[in-house]
Amino acid sequence: MTPLIELKGVEKHYGDYHALRGIDLDIRQGEFFSLLGPSGCGKTTLLRTIAGFEAVSSGTIRIDGRDMKGVAANHRPTNMVFQSYAVFPHLSVAENVGFGLRRDPRSKAEKARAVEQALEMVGLGGYGQRRAHALSGGQRQRVALARALILEPKVLLLDEPLSALDKKMREQMQVELIRLQRQVGITFILVTHDQEEALVMSDRIAVMFEGEIGQMADPETLYRRPASKRVAEFIGKMNFLPADVRRDGGAIEVDVAGLGRGAIAAEQAPGGVPVGAATVGLRPETLAILFEGEATDRRVAEGVVDEVVYYGDMTYYDVRVPGVDRPLNIAMKNLIGRPVLDVGTKTRVAWDERALVLLPG
Amino acid sequence: MKKGRSLGTYAVLYLVFLYAPIVLLPLFAFNDATIIAFPLKGFTTQWFEALATNAALLQSLRNSLFIAVMTAIFATLLGMCAARAGAMAEFPGKKGIIGFVMLPLVLPEIIVAVSLLIVLRQVLGLNLNNWSVIAAHTLICTPFSIAILNGAFQNLDPSMEEAAMDLGESRWSAFRLVTLPLVMPGIISSMLIAFTISLDEFIIAFFLTGANPTMPVYIWGLLRFPAQLPVVMALGTILVTLSVVLLVIAEYFRRRGMARAGVKDTGGFL
Amino acid sequence: MGLREYATTEGGRAATLVAPPFLYALALLALPILAVVLFSFWTQDFMTVDTSFTLANYREILDKPIYTMLLGRSLMVSGIVTLVTVILAFPVAYYVSFHVQPSKKSLWLFLITIPFWTSYLIRVFLWKVILGYNGVINSGLVGAGIIDEPLSFILYNVNAVIITLAHAFAPFAILPIFVALEKIDRSLLEASQDLGESRVTTFFRVTLPLSMPGLVAAVLIVFIPTIGDYVTPELMGGAGGKLIANMIQTQFLQLNNAPLGAALALVAMVCVTAISLVFVGLNRRWLRGR
Repeated sequence: MTPLIELKGVEKHYGDYHALRGIDLDIRQGEFFSLLGPSGCGKTTLLRTIAGFEAVSSGTIRIDGRDMKGVAANHRPTNMVFQSYAVFPHLSVAENVGFGLRRDPRSKAEKARAVEQALEMVGLGGYGQRRAHALSGGQRQRVALARALILEPKVLLLDEPLSALDKKMREQMQVELIRLQRQVGITFILVTHDQEEALVMSDRIAVMFEGEIGQMADPETLYRRPASKRVAEFIGKMNFLPADVRRDGGAIEVDVAGLGRGAIAAEQAPGGVPVGAATVGLRPETLAILFEGEATDRRVAEGVVDEVVYYGDMTYYDVRVPGVDRPLNIAMKNLIGRPVLDVGTKTRVAWDERALVLLPG
Repeated sequence: MKKGRSLGTYAVLYLVFLYAPIVLLPLFAFNDATIIAFPLKGFTTQWFEALATNAALLQSLRNSLFIAVMTAIFATLLGMCAARAGAMAEFPGKKGIIGFVMLPLVLPEIIVAVSLLIVLRQVLGLNLNNWSVIAAHTLICTPFSIAILNGAFQNLDPSMEEAAMDLGESRWSAFRLVTLPLVMPGIISSMLIAFTISLDEFIIAFFLTGANPTMPVYIWGLLRFPAQLPVVMALGTILVTLSVVLLVIAEYFRRRGMARAGVKDTGGFL
Repeated sequence: MGLREYATTEGGRAATLVAPPFLYALALLALPILAVVLFSFWTQDFMTVDTSFTLANYREILDKPIYTMLLGRSLMVSGIVTLVTVILAFPVAYYVSFHVQPSKKSLWLFLITIPFWTSYLIRVFLWKVILGYNGVINSGLVGAGIIDEPLSFILYNVNAVIITLAHAFAPFAILPIFVALEKIDRSLLEASQDLGESRVTTFFRVTLPLSMPGLVAAVLIVFIPTIGDYVTPELMGGAGGKLIANMIQTQFLQLNNAPLGAALALVAMVCVTAISLVFVGLNRRWLRGR
């Protein structure tokens, strides 16, 4: 099956500044795809080249098999939800939602019905006659969504749509956006700098740094098997430890500083298998503090608690292990009966070779 | 706050200083005496009646109105170009170009008057008429229009127009359907200000006016004839009233524009 | 990138848009001023212009004391007007910015700007009514028995010109200072007091330096245009209160000596620009040297 959106070697230069470098991307019909990265990584520029607001310096963008070169934004089968929502303040909610239907041949009554349906879909049924500038942030966001979706685009582009909302509202809208996307079946491309948001919502994520795609994968792969130190750092927390890598036939053997030896599978090295000095990564929740009397069949290292950060449901410990210069960050659920350890407590740390990720460099 | 109170007293006194001359206008406009001096004599409306029958004055008023309307239109059009360009992307020399267009704001008016007079009369050998005044007034009013419209255009979210284009409108129709209605209050405000400036401008008009003088040039002539002074007072009263009304309207539209763009009001003109 | 291609980028579109006002200013401001420069090196005898290059006009300006005297008086009057206007205006701007409730600020600005929008000629003339021999002040003072004879030193001299101009340019001085004061983050003032400065020292160490851009703008916006005003000296100045602008106007409109008028206008403009630049430069150095 040919992808709905196909980017080949897309570059964007502003003078000497390279905003996008050699972007290759395939996005499938019906996918919820996210462009994730720190600010200035080019994710918004990439979205705007797809929307037609920025011309590419080189490379091709195809949507539904059609080359988009020279096609202006108003002739592309894409619609966009802007970061500022760009809800027209001089129009009513219904006029906003019906804005794109000006050239639609349907009758006035039919269009009004379509507008009402779109408003109901985003939970704003009956709001049509309100003035747009009197709406709250969340409501504006819904108007912007309805306004774009009513045109039944092939692709809906969302530029940091949730960044202006408070935390509670953001979480609610995340769920609603997923539901909406399943309901309409339209391909969504979301730009965000919030890794949690991307993990929660997306089918696939492209992580971007400095105009390049660092890794493109589904959320679980991205989290569990980051291909580089950069991706691992950007998504969630990760302990990095120096290690020595040896290949023995098919087996890959690592000697992790402070923790000891272990064998890993090839899939635990998505960035390739270096030989000699390397870095391994371990997520805080794959490590465990062994409280008094607890036994384990996993490997164990000795350490001293260096820092304790209490989060309510979780406690994050920094534990100093001999042979490693930075303390290990360990996340522990605050289960019933578990104490919160004090700084300076001697403790044992359990770790598992299956959770290791071998990172190049 | 003691400091605030004494400052406040000073500010009020300052306002009295600002308004002192203007308060006199209606006093003498309705005063039944030819000499402009105290004590006042009695109430009359004869100076206003004399205004209405003064053909030369009415002709100069017509000239000035025509010049002011044309100036308002041209200055606002040019101002829109510059303000919109200023709110858009960077281009080489942007600061210098906009600064150059704003230059008449700080140029002595006599320089503008003299230089245009030389070009029109001596270099091009043209006769002076209303259009020479319009050309000069457009030049000095454009910076004011830019200053007013800058507020309107810069408060505009650039993604508004993009959103309209994204929803199927062309560049031009996006401008017409979204940007124009949103900056309309600024446009009206700019036209009113340019109109008011042009209507009142004397220094340049005196140099460039043709056979038919503008109203300020005509008033200048009247000032030499003491017998005509009460008529000038009556005219001044009408002009002040007109200016205040126009300004109130301009201010109303400017604020409405701010409210539309969802911006908190921060100040007055300029 | 070709020109045609550039015109379709955002920057190119902006450049295209700015072209009409730019070309207009070029044609009606830059070129005419260039013509003034040319003319100042020519001579004119009634209607015929002699286009051979000469410095005669400038020599005449230097040689005849009337011109240098008028120029000196003009610069002095403009300087005093600027000083008076800005010093009088600052407290008002400060009051409106710091002591007036935010909701009432617009009203104050509106009240301050309204007199400025009333006919300039008539306003100047009204000052004559106030300051004149039988004017408001004199009849008031005589009526109150404070003086026996009307004061004569307040009309038809330089003082009258200064008072009238200071009145005419008041809003021009208040607005830029107000804008600069409004931009000052109020927490800076609290920070200064938190760090041990009193209200007064805070004003001199924080408020005043931060309002400098507005003060400089106010000074320039008053100083420069006052040089070009011939209405006020003509009406208020009497024989001893005429300024360089009156002379320029006379050369152009009465004596038909455009080249000499052009040279005078240029000399006046160059003097004003030079003084303004020196002022801005000194101000920058003072701000940096602190």
